[in-house]
Amino acid sequence: MINSKITNKVAISFIRILAGIVVLILAFLVGYILIKGLPYVSWHFLTSPSKSVSAGGGISGQLFNSIYLLVLSLLISLPIALGAAIYLNEYAPKNKFVSTLRNSIEVLSSLPSVVVGLFGFMFFVLKFGFGFSILSGAIALTFFNLPILTSSIENSLAAVPNLQREAGVALGISKWETIIHVIIPAALPSIVTGIVLASGRILGEAAALIFTAGQSSPVLNWTNLNPFSSTSPLNPMRPAETLAVHIWKINSEATIPDAVQISAASSAVLLILVFVFNLIARRLGNVIFKKMTAGGK
Amino acid sequence: MNDELYQQLTKKSISTKKDNFGKRLSLFALILIGLVVFAILFFVVSRGLSTFTLDQINPFNFVFGTQWNPGKTDEAGNQLVGALPMIVGSFAVTFLSALVATPFAIGTALFVTEVSPKWGNKIMQPVIELLVGIPSVVYGFIGLAVVVPAVRNATGGTGFGIFSGVVVLFVMILPTITSMTIDALRNVPGHMRESAYAIGATPWQTIYKVVLRAAIPGILTAIVFGLARAFGEALAVQMVVGNSPVMPDGLFSPAATLTSVLTQGIGNTTDGSLANDVLWSLAMILLLMSLLFNTIIRRIANRRALK
Repeated sequence: MINSKITNKVAISFIRILAGIVVLILAFLVGYILIKGLPYVSWHFLTSPSKSVSAGGGISGQLFNSIYLLVLSLLISLPIALGAAIYLNEYAPKNKFVSTLRNSIEVLSSLPSVVVGLFGFMFFVLKFGFGFSILSGAIALTFFNLPILTSSIENSLAAVPNLQREAGVALGISKWETIIHVIIPAALPSIVTGIVLASGRILGEAAALIFTAGQSSPVLNWTNLNPFSSTSPLNPMRPAETLAVHIWKINSEATIPDAVQISAASSAVLLILVFVFNLIARRLGNVIFKKMTAGGK
Repeated sequence: MNDELYQQLTKKSISTKKDNFGKRLSLFALILIGLVVFAILFFVVSRGLSTFTLDQINPFNFVFGTQWNPGKTDEAGNQLVGALPMIVGSFAVTFLSALVATPFAIGTALFVTEVSPKWGNKIMQPVIELLVGIPSVVYGFIGLAVVVPAVRNATGGTGFGIFSGVVVLFVMILPTITSMTIDALRNVPGHMRESAYAIGATPWQTIYKVVLRAAIPGILTAIVFGLARAFGEALAVQMVVGNSPVMPDGLFSPAATLTSVLTQGIGNTTDGSLANDVLWSLAMILLLMSLLFNTIIRRIANRRALK
């Protein structure tokens, strides 16, 4: 009896110690990035272009590229993921064919990103001749987006109570119209949350982009909004180094003297972006829900 | 007249047509994803096999050869494309990091769900879930800025090597395994704990004999997810492992992994050359391993579903 009490005390203390160590490690991780990086983050840092050999460069191009790539890849992947999720949740019969497709989505989500990068490099950069471009990068990112978005949208649709579907049937409208006009609006808050969370993930992806979107950020003319001009930031065929790729590149090439500060500051910016995306994801769903239902003004 | 009525009654209504349209459209999207997956699998495997078919490399020599220098030959005229150093490197960093991370992850998860739910639910779990989303290059940068210099000071070597890779991957997969283990422990029904307490078990006995055992499938899934993430991670490892494709002769000497060699090699080889083909073979190994991890996860899930 006494023995088991002592064992209990020792074991529970051990669990507390393990948890304490983990908290320390993770706190050090976040603390290091913020303490080293934040003092270097300034309006100048965020809005001036990067430099390749001298100190004092910023991350304006990289920041823009990251967000532009994210938006483009969402534009490609969202309709496909939405369609696939609708089929899986609303129409799919239980058979071999559907379960094979379901498994293939899981396989896609577990592919190492460097393999996707290699595939994108061979197909879009070389075979289709897109070169190192935003377009190649956006398609590679789409491969990551698709499984995450499909499963999160499917879960959102599955959470809509069957009552809503029955109401649609009772009104005599088709299943498709029920889905478009009833189910998707009802699931919208949680779909949006899923999209924002996936965006946070995609923002940090680098391995698949090094050989698809490239590692260089050409000089951009911010007033040139013609997407076919090579100096326009909107041109989808120009190479585009993202923030995550930038961190990797300045650390592995070490041609700029302030690589450590710039990486720390870029890491801090990425970290804050990811945190902000998570916060938005938690809030935005509620806001949309209130707007769409009688809960709000 | 009769004919018209017959037609009106038997032809598809507008609603049915709309429904068919929607069904086809959404099925098309699903099939598109399936096609993408099969295209990736097909091309990586077919290009990966061309090392053995077109370039006539003996698969045995590829997997067990210890000399890696694509494009060069040894005195006997054999191509130096032995991938064993990278295979060993990849497995070493993956399994060592998971081995270290697992007890910490389980301990932390137990703290959150069983020992101190008040702290755990409000602060630790949301923070750990946030940390899952930290980009992997950030882990690589911290490794380069903190871990490598520390290892260099402690051992006197370069600081790059398997040990540094293990430290970085350990921190990287820790939040992943922890948050999935928390979910697994949460799924253990409360009445199991209550029954254990009711017959006089101490909290530790309840944890060890009841909760942990009931959660084993979920914890295993969490560990395999961590393994898969560590095995496929490219940049964070490449930044700290030293990138020297020789058989690792210790934890502190520069080494290489499948992913690190791929990251460095993709841009530097010409399409169709042997040096390019062997990279695809490495990618194929990565792909097969991720399929294996996937199968294991599904097996565990299926066994759980049967119960």
